Amino acid sequence: MLHTVNKSPTERNALESCLKHLKKGSAVLLIEDGVYGAINGTASAKLVEQALKNYPIYALYPDVEARGMQDRVINGIKLVDYSGFVDLVVEYPNVQAWL
Amino acid sequence: MTEATGGIEMEENTSGKVKKFLYVNRKAPYGTIYALESLEVVLISAAFDQDVSLAFLDDGVYQIVKGQHTKGIDVKNFSPTYRALEGYDIEKLYVEKESMDARGLKAEDLVVPVKVVSTAEMADIMQSQDVVVSF
Amino acid sequence: MKLGILVNEGPYTHQASDTAYLFTKAAIEKGHKIQRVFFYHDGVYNSSRLTEPPQDDRHIVNRWAKLAKEHHIDLVVCVAAALRRGIKDENLNEGFRISGLGQLVESGIQADRLVVFGD
Repeated sequence: MLHTVNKSPTERNALESCLKHLKKGSAVLLIEDGVYGAINGTASAKLVEQALKNYPIYALYPDVEARGMQDRVINGIKLVDYSGFVDLVVEYPNVQAWL
Repeated sequence: MTEATGGIEMEENTSGKVKKFLYVNRKAPYGTIYALESLEVVLISAAFDQDVSLAFLDDGVYQIVKGQHTKGIDVKNFSPTYRALEGYDIEKLYVEKESMDARGLKAEDLVVPVKVVSTAEMADIMQSQDVVVSF
Repeated sequence: MKLGILVNEGPYTHQASDTAYLFTKAAIEKGHKIQRVFFYHDGVYNSSRLTEPPQDDRHIVNRWAKLAKEHHIDLVVCVAAALRRGIKDENLNEGFRISGLGQLVESGIQADRLVVFGD
């Protein structure tokens, strides 16, 4: 399952909740304000780094760049554009939005 | 089905396919409209003979708590509608235990019979769906 | 693949409509088919004929209508959500149609994937 998270981890618990519900075969895509979850040195970075050991985590690059966070992305998070977003939706059998 | 709730249209083509639909509820009632309007989708989907489940987790568990009296805020109390779901053959209501515990709730506090599941079980349920609708 | 899109929020206030649009555009460019874009909750406001954003900013309503026209996309606005919020045929932008929630459920059944954009 592809899980999308669109809210910042310091605004809502969506990312935290999402990460608790991942299973083998899951991937996470951070979009919109959710890309703040891809940033190193934050309170949620350790949680995300831990998840990265078991699951691929992606961030939508246009959203990262819009927010000036492009030099702070956690090592290991893969950056994708909208075309990559589409590919992920197609690649995984189902998709869930954590709003 | 009335026009206001969007009736069934003759052009709707579902070609006999049955998919597993999960409606995910993570937000509290009344502060926003998502709880009410998600319920409206659930009721409409009853007519399509799909395999429907509802998930209540995070603040979504507050949607089905007993004792909602809304006269003071002058909005419609829609919590009784959850009890009507059974009559539409929508009986798979899953509530996450960890979310209830974090909110001091127990199954007996809820307005409708539910299946209480762990986070791990909820993850399994989610993973196994064809269509997941979040609000 | 056939993709269904659900937009839960109105134009400008949330990024949902923007992200949904850019995703939809990318999907079309990759050769996928858009089964339907369904607008629910405040998403119905994406169909208002009356929006007048500043000239130097993107026109979200027109953008959707243009994409729909070019690629024959079905843009559906939920009747119940629309009525609640004062969106009716008389102020509906070209390219959108008002219909029932059944169209969302049908989208879930008919499309290979249903992607949700919201708050």
